[in-house]
Amino acid sequence: MVLQLVMAPNWCGCGVASANSTKISTNAFKMSSNRFNFSKPYPGRAYRVTAYYSLTTPPYELDALEPYMSKRTVEIHWGKHHNEHVERLNKHLKTSAFYGHTLEEMVKATYNNGSPLVEFNDSSSVWSHDFFWESMQPNGGSMPKGGVLDQIEKDFGTFTNFKDEFTFAALSIFGPGWVWLYLKKNERKLAVAPTQNAISPLVWGDIPIIGLDMWEHAYYLDYKDDRSAYVNNFLDHLVSWHSVMVRMMRAEAFVNLGKPKIPVA
Amino acid sequence: MQPATACASSGLTIPWLRRCSSLRVKCSTSQRAHCASTSTADTAEPIEPIEPIDPIETDPEPDPEPFKLKPLPYPFNALEPHMSKETVEYHWERHHRGHVDSLNAIIQGTEFAEMELENMVLTSYNEGNPLPFFVHASQVWNHDFFWETMKPGGGGNPSNVLKYLIERDFGSLDELAKEIQNAALTQFGSGWVWLAYKAHRLGVGNDINPRPSKKDKRLVVVKTPNAVSPLVWDYYPLLAIDVWEHAYYMDYENRRGDYVSVFLDKLISWDVVSDRLKNAMFRASKREKMEKREMLLDKMKEAKLRVKAVDLRPTPKARPKMKRRQY
Repeated sequence: MVLQLVMAPNWCGCGVASANSTKISTNAFKMSSNRFNFSKPYPGRAYRVTAYYSLTTPPYELDALEPYMSKRTVEIHWGKHHNEHVERLNKHLKTSAFYGHTLEEMVKATYNNGSPLVEFNDSSSVWSHDFFWESMQPNGGSMPKGGVLDQIEKDFGTFTNFKDEFTFAALSIFGPGWVWLYLKKNERKLAVAPTQNAISPLVWGDIPIIGLDMWEHAYYLDYKDDRSAYVNNFLDHLVSWHSVMVRMMRAEAFVNLGKPKIPVA
Repeated sequence: MQPATACASSGLTIPWLRRCSSLRVKCSTSQRAHCASTSTADTAEPIEPIEPIDPIETDPEPDPEPFKLKPLPYPFNALEPHMSKETVEYHWERHHRGHVDSLNAIIQGTEFAEMELENMVLTSYNEGNPLPFFVHASQVWNHDFFWETMKPGGGGNPSNVLKYLIERDFGSLDELAKEIQNAALTQFGSGWVWLAYKAHRLGVGNDINPRPSKKDKRLVVVKTPNAVSPLVWDYYPLLAIDVWEHAYYMDYENRRGDYVSVFLDKLISWDVVSDRLKNAMFRASKREKMEKREMLLDKMKEAKLRVKAVDLRPTPKARPKMKRRQY
């Protein structure tokens, strides 16, 4: 039996033997180890690792948000609408120049400063919906604690003020849209903004903290046209202040929210 | 008619008249009496209105409801099982009525309150820079149009001119259905899908078609976002499908394609669409004639010919309007 040099697998699959490669007989190669059988089904052909986006699961059961968001709504919203966006995005990516971008990068790039490219709607919807499911939790709502509450009170006056502004912005949207609590990077404060269709604060460079889907499919089955009940229930019973805290912590890596800490000499 | 000529020749804006027209003036009996009593010679200052004889003729209190919610041409459950009673009820009672109320709240007391709805849609669109009540006016118009496009026991096939034009411009009814489906599925967010009769030109000075043909006037499928309608592009809408989610969500959930195909197979009233087409073609040809005449008159003026131009523009009353079906 010939001693085998462990031949590094030829990942590029070019199939061209380099000058230094050891020629090993096929028989001996097979006998050495069955686990590391690098023989390629199509010799001479390059292999490319490809990756596409997939549907992420909400961090709770589909019926966990009852009675404020029914299981049927979540099933259809996530299983059909969100899924449809993911599939359409993947279909675009087969031929798109933006293949390989992360989702956030793709949203910003395809927004194209107001003349969105064809992938924008789907990529932004996928991002926003992921964000939306994570902005909610069963037994959510009530008050935020600690630093988040301080920041909200600093930027809105009182917590009730924030809720009023958020609700007002949500009800001011005509047609489909989203309402966001986001952190303004330049002014270093939290703000509330409504957006149309699939736009999110990512496109203008700020950091979203809470996102609420105001498309009709998000609330029509449960609330029909009573949007204020939907928004109030979201704020009182569904919004996940835990996610908000985590997102604020991450945002602090990009935005300096505190007073400057000047060391005492 | 002597009083009319007096008013017409002075061309003054008479305060009690709704419309200022230098052609003919629409005067009521009391106003004619007033005109007849004053001198018929041209007066420099405007005619002061006298105490009106008929107290009802005074400027009324601003109507708190300039627009009323038009009732549906059929009962709520007439479109079952293709569009459930609940959907129709909510759609009409909450969404449509909400737009009517919002519109009334904004325009009451303003000069827009006296406009016709179609005029108001065009004015408030403001060439792409819409005034705040555009969405409400447009949605009221769109929804009226939408309810009339449907009928219980609808569907079937179009006939006569409509059938001919569909086959000429799309190939077949199936092709048209496919295009409408495509438009509905690619309309991201909310909006409307329309079949419209496209007749008129762009409305800019140099848009003369060097090779005019009969095919310039054709049927097109257009999709519009949110509240916009093809009226603002000077098309004549023939049918409308509401693809806002509230129109189909309770019955079809997210399956917009199914909703549109059921609409075309089972709900649409081809008779209404045919009527609208007939109306549209009539208006379009009238308009074309008027414009040709105006162009000719301008040319003649330029050539400084002494022409006695007889103004044959129709009076406001005689102008054909899109008739609303009275139920």
